[in-house]
Amino acid sequence: MIRVENLHRHFGGFRAVDGATLEIRKGSITGLIGPNGAGKSTLFNVIAGRLPPTSGRVVMDGEDVTGLPPHELFAKGLLRTFQIAHEFGSMTVRENLMMVPAMQSGETLWNAWFNRGRVAREEAAIRAKADEVLEFLTISHIADLKAGQISGGQKKLVELGRTMMVDAKIVFLDEVGAGVNRTLLNTIGDAILRLNKERGYTFCVIEHDMDFIARICDPVICMAEGKVLAQGTVDEVKNDERVIEAYLGTGLKNKIKEEAAHG
Amino acid sequence: MDILNALVAFLNFVFIPGLTYGAQLALGALGVTLIYGILRFSNFAHGDTMAFGTMVTILVTWWFQSIGITAGILPTALLALPFGIAATAALVLATDKAVYQFYRRQKASPTILVIVSMGVMFVMNGIVRLIIGVDDQNFADGGRFLISAGEFKSATGLAEGLAIKGTQAVTVITAFVVVAALFWFLQKTRTGKSMRAFSDNEDLALLSGINPDRVVQVTWILAAALATIAGVLYGLDKSFRPFTYFQLLLPIFAAAIVGGLGSPLGAIAGGFVIAFSEVVLTYAWKKVVTYVLPESLAPDGLLQLMATDYKFAVSFAILILVLLFMPTGLFKGKSF
Ligand SMILES: Nc1ncnc2c1ncn2[C@@H]1O[C@H](COP(=O)(O)OP(=O)(O)OP(=O)(O)O)[C@@H](O)[C@H]1O
Ligand SMILES: [Mg+2]
Repeated sequence: MIRVENLHRHFGGFRAVDGATLEIRKGSITGLIGPNGAGKSTLFNVIAGRLPPTSGRVVMDGEDVTGLPPHELFAKGLLRTFQIAHEFGSMTVRENLMMVPAMQSGETLWNAWFNRGRVAREEAAIRAKADEVLEFLTISHIADLKAGQISGGQKKLVELGRTMMVDAKIVFLDEVGAGVNRTLLNTIGDAILRLNKERGYTFCVIEHDMDFIARICDPVICMAEGKVLAQGTVDEVKNDERVIEAYLGTGLKNKIKEEAAHG
Repeated sequence: MDILNALVAFLNFVFIPGLTYGAQLALGALGVTLIYGILRFSNFAHGDTMAFGTMVTILVTWWFQSIGITAGILPTALLALPFGIAATAALVLATDKAVYQFYRRQKASPTILVIVSMGVMFVMNGIVRLIIGVDDQNFADGGRFLISAGEFKSATGLAEGLAIKGTQAVTVITAFVVVAALFWFLQKTRTGKSMRAFSDNEDLALLSGINPDRVVQVTWILAAALATIAGVLYGLDKSFRPFTYFQLLLPIFAAAIVGGLGSPLGAIAGGFVIAFSEVVLTYAWKKVVTYVLPESLAPDGLLQLMATDYKFAVSFAILILVLLFMPTGLFKGKSF
C-alpha cells in the first residue's frame, strides 16, 4: 500500500528522519511507536505531503507520490490527522466535517448562484453523513458549536470524524488518543477496527499508549532517532533489546538488568 | 440656537461625505482583507488595481457615450463596470499565474510576497499612466443631484441646505448591495466556505475536497471586482487621477488593519472609522457650532482641527494607535 524507501528529512543539520525504510501493508492497522522526538510526526508530514523530503521515496500502490501536495494525496485517498488537532475555528463542528468531501457542483460560481437545487441536494446528503459520523463518535451534542470552542479531546474526535466523511484508502492517525479519556479511547479503538474491517481502510497509527497499540495494531513499527529500529508483532517489538534501549537509555537498561540479576 | 440647522449642516458636510467615503474605503479594504486572509500577504498593488479597473471602466464609458448609450439618470459608468471588472480580473489572474504562483509554490514568506506585490504595483501603475495619462479625468454623468441644496431649502424653509449628490447615493447603495452579496457568498456557498476554511487553517483545508487553485482564483476575481467597484465609485464621487489611487492605499490599509486584517466585517467597520475620523478632524466646525451656541459664545476661528492637506496623517495616526494598543484590530483579524 505504502512503501517508504530510505527517507530523510533534515532540519538544518538535524536529522529528524534519518533513512527510514518501512512498509504499510494493505488492510493492516500498523502501529508506529517510538520515544518523543523519534521523528514519527515528521515521517507522517513527509508522507502526507506537508513537508518535502530531503531525500528518499514514498510509493503508494506502486506509484511514486514523493512530494505530492496534500490535496492531491487526499484525492488519492490518503488522509491524516494532526498531533495537535487542527480545525476551522470559525465554523461549527458539523460544518468542519462537511468541508471534507469534495462537492463539485457547489464549487463553481455558476452553480452556487444558478443551480441551487442540485447544490442543496448534495449538501443535504453530506449533512446527513456528518450527523451520522457525529453520532458514531458520541459527540452529536456539539454539532452546532464553533470548532474553535470545543475541548482538546473533542477536537481530536472531530479530526477522526473527518477521516470518516469520505472513502479513504489509508488513514494516518497521529496520537488520536492523546487527551481523550479511557472510555472514549476504547470507542475510538472500536471505530478504527470497524472502519478497517467494514470499509477496508488501512491505518497507520502513532500512539504512546501501549495497551491501545496492543489491542488494535499488527504489525508494530518502532522508530528512534529518525530510524526504524524494529518491526513485528506487538510482543516481538516490546521485547526487542534495541527498543527497550531506545525507550530507557542504555544506562537505565543495564541497571534494571543488574538489579534483576542481584534480585 | 438652532438645532435643526446645525443638524442639517452636520449631515451635509460631515455625515453624508463620511458615509460615502467610508463605503468606498470599506470596499477597498475588503479586497485587501480577502487577499490577506487567503493568500496571506498584504497586497500593495491593490490601489493600482483599483486604478486599472477604473481606467478600463472609464474607457468603456467614453465609448458607450460616443455611441449614444447612457443609463439615464444613473451614471453610464455603471453599465461599463462589468467590463472593468472582467478586464481587471483577467489582469490579476494573469499576474497571479506569471508572478505570485511561483512564490506560492516556493512557500515564500509573506514579507517576500509584499515586496513582490510592490513590484506588481509599479508595473500596474505604469500601465495605467501609459494608457490614460496622469491627469484628472471626470467621467460622472447622469443626474447630478438626488436632492439639491436649493430644493431642500425651499422645501423645508431652513437656512441650511442639504445636498445629496447622485454619485453619493449610487455609492452607498452599490456598496450595500455588494457587501450583502459578498457576505452571502462567504457564509452560504461552498466556495465561500472553502475560502473561509482556507483562511482559518490552510493545512487542514488542503486535507479536504477543496481545490486550492480554485480558491486562489476566486479570491483574485473577488478582489478584482471589489477593487474596480471601489475605484469607480470613488472616481465618480471625486474624480479619477492615477496618483490619487496610489495614495488611497494608506487609508485602505489603515481601514483593513483597524478592523483586523483578514476580517471582512472588520474591513467595513474600519472603512467607516477611518473615513469619519478624516472628515471629522478636517471639517471646519464653525458653522455647526454657531447654530448650536448662543451668539455670545460664537467661536472666532474656523474650529478646524486639521487642514485637509493633512488628511492622510489621520489614517496614519489611527494606524499607529491601533498597532500599539490593539494589534489584531477591532474584529480580531484572520477569521471570517
Ligand atoms: N519544523 C521543525 N524544525 C526543526 N526541527 C523540527 C521540526 N519539526 C520537528 N523537528 C524536530 O524533529 C524531531 C522529531 O520530531 P517529531 O515531531 O517527528 O517527533 P515525534 O516522534 O512525533 O515525537 P512525539 O512522540 O513527541 O510527538 C524533534 O527533535 C523535533 O525537535
Ligand atoms: Mg509526534
